[in-house]
Amino acid sequence: MKILTLVRQVLDAEESVRIRGGEVDLNGSKLVVDTMDEYGAEQSLRVRESSVDVEVIALAVGPERNQDALRTVLAIGADRAIHVMTDLTLDPISLSQVVAQIAQKENVELIFCGGQQSDWDSHALGAATAERLQWPQVTWTNGLEVHGQTLTGKHDAEDGSETFSVELPAVITTQQGLNEPRYPTVPNIMKAKKKELRVETLEQFQVEPKLKFLAVEVQVKARLHKILDGKDAPAAAAELVQLLRNEARVIT
Amino acid sequence: MILVVVEYANGKVSKSTYEMVACARQLGREGPVAALVLGSGVANIASEVALVVGQVLVAENADLAQYDAELWSAAVAQIASEGEANTVLIGGSRSGREYSPRVAVKLDAPLLEDVISIVDADDTLTAERYTYLARVTEKVEANAPVIVVTVKQGAFTAAAPGNQVAEQFDVDLTLPQRRLQVTGKSTEKSSRIALTEADIVVSGGRGVGSAEGFVTLVEGLADQLGAAVGATRAIVDAGWRPYSEQVGQTGKTVQSKAYIAIGISGAVQHLSGMSKSKCIVAINKDADAPIFKIADYGIVGDVNQIVPAMIAELKK
Ligand SMILES: Cc1cc2nc3c(=O)[nH]c(=O)nc-3n(C[C@H](O)[C@H](O)[C@H](O)COP(=O)(O)OP(=O)(O)OC[C@H]3O[C@@H](n4cnc5c(N)ncnc54)[C@H](O)[C@@H]3O)c2cc1C
Ligand SMILES: Cc1cc2nc3c(=O)[nH]c(=O)nc-3n(C[C@H](O)[C@H](O)[C@H](O)COP(=O)(O)OP(=O)(O)OC[C@H]3O[C@@H](n4cnc5c(N)ncnc54)[C@H](O)[C@@H]3O)c2cc1C
Repeated sequence: MKILTLVRQVLDAEESVRIRGGEVDLNGSKLVVDTMDEYGAEQSLRVRESSVDVEVIALAVGPERNQDALRTVLAIGADRAIHVMTDLTLDPISLSQVVAQIAQKENVELIFCGGQQSDWDSHALGAATAERLQWPQVTWTNGLEVHGQTLTGKHDAEDGSETFSVELPAVITTQQGLNEPRYPTVPNIMKAKKKELRVETLEQFQVEPKLKFLAVEVQVKARLHKILDGKDAPAAAAELVQLLRNEARVIT
Repeated sequence: MILVVVEYANGKVSKSTYEMVACARQLGREGPVAALVLGSGVANIASEVALVVGQVLVAENADLAQYDAELWSAAVAQIASEGEANTVLIGGSRSGREYSPRVAVKLDAPLLEDVISIVDADDTLTAERYTYLARVTEKVEANAPVIVVTVKQGAFTAAAPGNQVAEQFDVDLTLPQRRLQVTGKSTEKSSRIALTEADIVVSGGRGVGSAEGFVTLVEGLADQLGAAVGATRAIVDAGWRPYSEQVGQTGKTVQSKAYIAIGISGAVQHLSGMSKSKCIVAINKDADAPIFKIADYGIVGDVNQIVPAMIAELKK
C-alpha cells in the first residue's frame, strides 16, 4: 500500500507575524513543519511499521521553502518525497486538484492531511481531495488502526468524540493527540539527503486559483489592561466585580 | 437564491443559523433567502426557521437522521444546483467546515472559509477571514456563478424573527451510501448553555489544580453568571474535562461578550479560540503570563483565593 502524507513549512506558532506590502513576511522568521502535518507523517510511519509492504510518500505544494519540510519528514522515515514547486498561492479547493492527481498517478490508498493549517487556518484541503477522488474522509482523527482494508479509530465530532470504521481508500485529517511525532536524528538527517525528492512543476496539473488574495493586516484590538494586585483577595475580587458590572457592563 | 443550510441541535434552531440569515440578508444578492433543513423529524425546525427566511426547503429523510459529510454535501449540492443558488451559506461549525469543501468541489465553486464579513459588488464577493491562528485578517475575493461560504460563529448579529411565515416545500434527494460507519459516540451532555452560544464563558486551565478545582472554581463562578464553561487543551488531555469544552486552535472558537480565563497561561493555540471576545478577564498568579497581554481586566493572584472571593461577592 502507498500512503501520501501532506506537509508544509509554516511560521513557528511562537513567532510573531510581520506584514510587509500587504503580505505576511516570513523572511528571517523561524519556520517549521506544520504540527498538524507532523501527526500525519508520524502516523504513516506507524502504519508502515505495523504492516508489510507500505511506502510512505511525502508531498508538498508551494514555494521552495517547503523542501525543508520534506527533508524533515524524509529524515524521520518517509521513503520519498514529491515537491510541486510554485510561488502561486492556491486556495485549498484548487490545490486539491493537484493532490488528487498525484494520488491517482501514484496509486495511493491512504492520504494524511493536517486538520487545520496553522497559517491559513483552513480545514478544507482533506475534504476537497476526498471529494475529487470520490473517497470517504475522516476529520480530526486522534486514534487510528489499520486492519487489512479497514480503518478503525476515534475522531472528534461536533460534540464529543466518535469511534468509526471505514474501508480504504480514504483521506484522514489529523487532530492533536493522534500520536507523539518522533524527532529526526543526525544520522537519519544525513541519510535523508540521499532519498528521492522529485521536483515537479505546477503547469502539468492545469489548475486555476479559485480565490484572489487581496491583502492581509494584523488587527490588534486595544485592551484596557486594568490588572489588579490580588494580595488582598476579597478587596481585589470586589473591585473586579464592580468593574465588570459598572464599567464593562458584561455582568449584572 | 441564497441558500442557507440550517444548523440545529437538541430540537432547536442554532444561533449560528440566525447569524447566517443575517449574513444572507446583508449580502442582498439576487433571489430569495431560502433555508434548507436536512434531517429526520425536522418539522419543528422547519417552522421555527420559517419566521426568518423567504422560503423553507425541507428534506425530511430517514437516511439523514445522523450527520454524515458525504450525505450532507450531496444533499446541499443537489438543492443548490436545482435551485440555481448563487450563494450557499454553511455554518462555521466542525461539521459545516468538514462537508463544505465537498459541496464546493461538486459545484466547481470557490469556497470562502469561516468568513467574518462579506460584501457583494458587481457579482464579486469580498470576504474577510482570520489566518495565522486568528492573528491576521485576510481579505479574499471570489467571482463565480455559485460561491460556497462558511460563516464564522459569532461574527454576525443573529437575525430576529419577523411576522411573516415563509412557505415550506418538501424536496426529494438522491443520496449516496454512507461509507463512514460511526461505531460509538461519547457525547457529553451538559445542562449548561453551549460554549458557542453563550454571552459569558468562564474557562479554566492547569492553574485550577485538579478536576475538583475546576468544579469548585470554574463551574462555581459560571453558575453565578449563567455562563458556559471552557477548558484548555492541557486539562482536556489530563482528563479533567471533556473535549467538547476545549477552546482553541484544535477546539472551539468563541466570541463571547466576556471571557474569564482562570489559571490559563495564554498559549497562542488557546488565544486563537478566544482572542476575539469583547471583554477578556484573566486571573493568574504569574504577572508575566501571556494571557494578561490581551486582557481588559485581571487579577494577579492565587485562583484558590480570588475566585471564591468573586463568587462570594456575586452572591451578595
Ligand atoms: C495579497 C496577498 C495576501 C496573502 N495573504 C496570506 C495569508 O493571509 N496567509 C497565507 O498563508 N498566505 C497569504 N498569502 C500568500 C503568502 O504571502 C505566501 O505567498 C503564501 O503563504 C505562499 O506560501 P505558503 O507557505 O502558504 O505556500 P504553500 O502553503 O506551501 O503553498 C501555497 C498553497 O498551497 C497550500 N499547500 C501547499 N502544500 C500543502 C499541503 N501539503 N497541505 C496543505 N496545504 C498545502 C497552501 O495552503 C496554499 O494554499 C497572501 C498573498 C498575497 C499576494
Ligand atoms: C497543534 C497544537 C494545538 C493546540 N491546540 C490547543 C487548543 O485548542 N486549546 C488549548 O488551550 N491549547 C492548545 N494547545 C496547547 C497549548 O500550546 C498549551 O499547552 C495549553 O493551552 C496550556 O494550557 P494551560 O494554560 O491550562 O496550562 P499552562 O500553560 O501550564 O498554564 C497554567 C497557568 O496557570 C497559572 N497558575 C498555576 N497555578 C495557579 C494558581 N494557583 N493561581 C493562579 N494561577 C495559577 C500559571 O501561572 C500558568 O500561567 C495546542 C498545542 C499544539 C501544539
